[in-house]
Amino acid sequence: MRVAVVVFPGSNCDRDCHHVLSEVFGLDSELVWHTETDLSRFDAIILPGGFSYGDYLRSGAIARFSPVMESVTKAAERGLPVLGICNGFQILLEAGLLPGAMLVNESLQFRCHPQEITVEVDRTPFTFGIKPGTVLQLPVAHGEGNYFIDEAGLAKLEANRQIVFRYAGDNPNGSVADIAGICNEAGNVVGMMPHPERAAEALLGSTDGQQIFRALINYWEGRK
Amino acid sequence: MNEPTPLQIRADQIYRSMGLTEAEYERICQILGRLPNYTELGMYAVLWSEHCAYKHTRPFFKLFPTSGERILQGPGENAGVVDIGDGWAVVFKVESHNHPSAIEPYQGAATGVGGILRDIFTMGARPIASLNSLRFGELSDERVKYLFQGVVAGIAGYGNAVGVPTVGGEVYFDDGYAGNPLVNVMAVGLVRHEMITKAVASGVGNPVMVVGAYTGRDGIHGATFASEELTDASEEKRPAVQVGDPFTEKLLIEACLELIESGVVVGIQDMGAAGLTSSACEMASRAGSGIELDISLVPRREPGMSAYEVMLSESQERMLVVPKKDAVDTVKAIFAKYGLPAVVVGKVTDDGMIRVFDGPDLVAEVPAKSLSTDGAPTYLREAKPPAYLEQTRSFDSSSIRVQSDYTVDLLNLLDSPTIASKRWVYRQYDHMVQLNTVVVPGAADAAVLRVKGTSKGIAVTIDGNGRHVYLDPYQGALGVVAEAARNLVCTGAQPIGLTDGLNFGNPEKPEVYWQLQQAIRGLADAARELDIPVAGGNASLYNESSGRPIYPTPIVGMVGLLEEIDNRMTSDFKAEGDVIALLGWLGTELGGSEFVKLKTGQALGYPPRIDLAKEKALQQACLAAIANGLIRSAHDISEGGLAVCIAESCIQANLGAAVTLPWEGRPDELLFGESAARIVVSLPPANWEELWKVASESKVPLTKLGVVTDGEVTFTAFDGRPLVVTHVDKLAKAWEDSLPKRLR
Amino acid sequence: MYKAAIKVILKPGVLDPQGKAVASGLASLGFSQVKSVRVGKYIEVLLDASSQQEAAAQVEEMAKRLLANPVIEHYELTVELVEGEELV
Repeated sequence: MRVAVVVFPGSNCDRDCHHVLSEVFGLDSELVWHTETDLSRFDAIILPGGFSYGDYLRSGAIARFSPVMESVTKAAERGLPVLGICNGFQILLEAGLLPGAMLVNESLQFRCHPQEITVEVDRTPFTFGIKPGTVLQLPVAHGEGNYFIDEAGLAKLEANRQIVFRYAGDNPNGSVADIAGICNEAGNVVGMMPHPERAAEALLGSTDGQQIFRALINYWEGRK
Repeated sequence: MNEPTPLQIRADQIYRSMGLTEAEYERICQILGRLPNYTELGMYAVLWSEHCAYKHTRPFFKLFPTSGERILQGPGENAGVVDIGDGWAVVFKVESHNHPSAIEPYQGAATGVGGILRDIFTMGARPIASLNSLRFGELSDERVKYLFQGVVAGIAGYGNAVGVPTVGGEVYFDDGYAGNPLVNVMAVGLVRHEMITKAVASGVGNPVMVVGAYTGRDGIHGATFASEELTDASEEKRPAVQVGDPFTEKLLIEACLELIESGVVVGIQDMGAAGLTSSACEMASRAGSGIELDISLVPRREPGMSAYEVMLSESQERMLVVPKKDAVDTVKAIFAKYGLPAVVVGKVTDDGMIRVFDGPDLVAEVPAKSLSTDGAPTYLREAKPPAYLEQTRSFDSSSIRVQSDYTVDLLNLLDSPTIASKRWVYRQYDHMVQLNTVVVPGAADAAVLRVKGTSKGIAVTIDGNGRHVYLDPYQGALGVVAEAARNLVCTGAQPIGLTDGLNFGNPEKPEVYWQLQQAIRGLADAARELDIPVAGGNASLYNESSGRPIYPTPIVGMVGLLEEIDNRMTSDFKAEGDVIALLGWLGTELGGSEFVKLKTGQALGYPPRIDLAKEKALQQACLAAIANGLIRSAHDISEGGLAVCIAESCIQANLGAAVTLPWEGRPDELLFGESAARIVVSLPPANWEELWKVASESKVPLTKLGVVTDGEVTFTAFDGRPLVVTHVDKLAKAWEDSLPKRLR
Repeated sequence: MYKAAIKVILKPGVLDPQGKAVASGLASLGFSQVKSVRVGKYIEVLLDASSQQEAAAQVEEMAKRLLANPVIEHYELTVELVEGEELV
């Protein structure tokens, strides 16, 4: 399985995702610079966390115009699994591949700590085979993770089963309906604020994040 | 701008407003054999400032032990380098950003982080962690709250964005720092031996390139500003505040590491204090070469900048690179990938001169060596023990009333912001990015990072205790080194190198000079005795406000090595029923303690006496106990003494402790004394005999104190009287709510 | 050359944590008259255009595509003719 980890100027979790995919799961992972325009050789795409373009206007606002995003959009339309983690989630929102927008955390402060989240649906490639209701402990690390969508949009998310993860326990950022991650209607594009790649090795305190990558592998093998 | 002529400079003594003395001005005239022009004068003024030239501290540097088997680079480069085996080395350095943070806390702290990171990656190392040591006044003061929140936000804002985890640090609150906060930042990098890169401009004819951000008028004379006392006029006088751009820094890191990897770099140096002037003269003087620059070629952010302004600008996120002659295009291509300018602005020469042109015009010409640290004057001053010592030393801790119950005192100590949980701080820092942080902030006495691809770990800590140093600079400084080493040892790591940050008041005052002299002697003696070489250092003097110096505050950043990261240790108790024991000597010294401050509101008494031989034996015993898997927790006794140490191990684990003090004596001394050379450990009862053997072999006392419980916390006197009776939940509440409730 | 000034502000109904924090700060300073605060962004753009109208159209496009996020933000803009000054 070939996975692209897209590197935007200012991404800083790119090497972490690449490390987990290749060292922990032995996948064929490749760091792809944002100027690349052809992603057709990949089976899945990850937009990693970080501060693309410094997050200077709004998180993800400038990165969405990177040359690579056109092929990310095409791949998403083709049904390829696309996962945006943290800043990657923000980029997917700005690019319109997922609905809603991000606001600054209610506390106005950056928050970095392990966080429990509940898996809500198993219909995405990244939760494939994970029983809904499963609680995972994954670190969060963000200053703008306060997910916002208007009431009509929220109703639609609920109706279409697009809410993939919710915060269990304290909500770290004030997001609407405790949303920690969502998917598009088709389910192949997922955005999440917590970092599964930071919880994929026992040495780092939790292996719950492995389930997200394992789900992707199982999903892909089932489709082969 | 109309610059004064050389004659006007002399006539109007303009050098004085730049911080140069008459004698220094005369010396410059002598070096040049003529009167300096305005640009040249500015270059000397900044590079001969205390901040750049270490005029008062340099004479002491020879006291430091700077060599050792693992030292690959000692003081004199951008950062020290120690070998950790398998072809890897650790690069580390501490730097202060006190004055800028006092004026603009967010940007002051942020640019401090940016600057110290550049010192690391200019050596070819990828920055893998940063730490910080902060000092503020009391949190009851609104201005202090503003400074504290701003500094933490600035460190977070820069560090989080640039993708280097902030893994540890310390924060003290004391009136001694009310008008002059301290912000010391430490960065740690990892490098393959063959990638270690120096800041030298060698190879006559090699190009000199400016890479990274554009140059503006920010921070001109920042280094001079950092070398003066803060006064009410400081706000007016300050140069344009430098604004950090972590996005550009991130790109600069990747571009520089890619460049160094490509093998075309001869030398590279970041442009920190004094910008282009210092980087050019340091690179040339290290190589014994000269540099010729044309400042009209430097990429500018603002129009109409003079030579003086370009040479002295402290715009952030810039580097000076000397590549091989035929490699200019390689440099440009790599930087273009990251959208950063890389421009040839000059070349290396062989005559030892820094020659600055503005287009066709020669605007400055000075010998590189004379500008550099080695060329600057040094000063020995009169030293005199401060008068306050008479009062502080006459303090007798037995004047504090003995009580029957100390529960409230323990809760109050846990609630004091200096001791309390720093979760409010570190949850704002991304401490996990890069996937190396194995022991996270708050879990042990030091952070532990893995080295991917090996079984090794690196432990890092930064420590200081200004109050102890204030009460006895020599003993206090010994204690700082001992505590830093003990903190590393409590994680299972062997200390392998240290770097210091000297934060003092105005050295021209005999009392301050005495503190400086004594403290440096202490640092040096402890480093030598404990066999931990000094790989680098930084000094920040003139930390005063309204004529009052800060507590003399030497900070030590230390790095330790765990050969097997699986042997790492944390400070939380692990299981009910485990034995709690003291490894080390009985200690009853209350002088300079948090407890005395709680009771008297002052810093009084003699600080703990440090016995380095005992300290060394203790640390060996602790490392052996950890390596042999005998103990389940280790936590060093420091601020707040034994009781606070045990309380913290309880809180972290959500367990309790039933402790009986096996000594006669005053309960406050036994509970809250801050004597050194002591570590509280916990272990399964079955391991007691083995641990006893390990301790005896090192001739270190081992004393049973009690047992880990499911939540009750009790301290009982020798004669059976209860001294503290409480529950871990209450302790946790006091400890964890302290900062949030004060900042609400 | 034209100078465009673009104000970007959160739509009504979208929670504004910064505005809330500023409001409570003002209240603690004794400004009891304050009813609510919204915090937004102010952006200046210098651009060449053949007419004021063309400049306005261009900036409108910029605001729609990048400067504001229509999901959460409104924008207002003004455009004026200026002498050749430079933004730094």
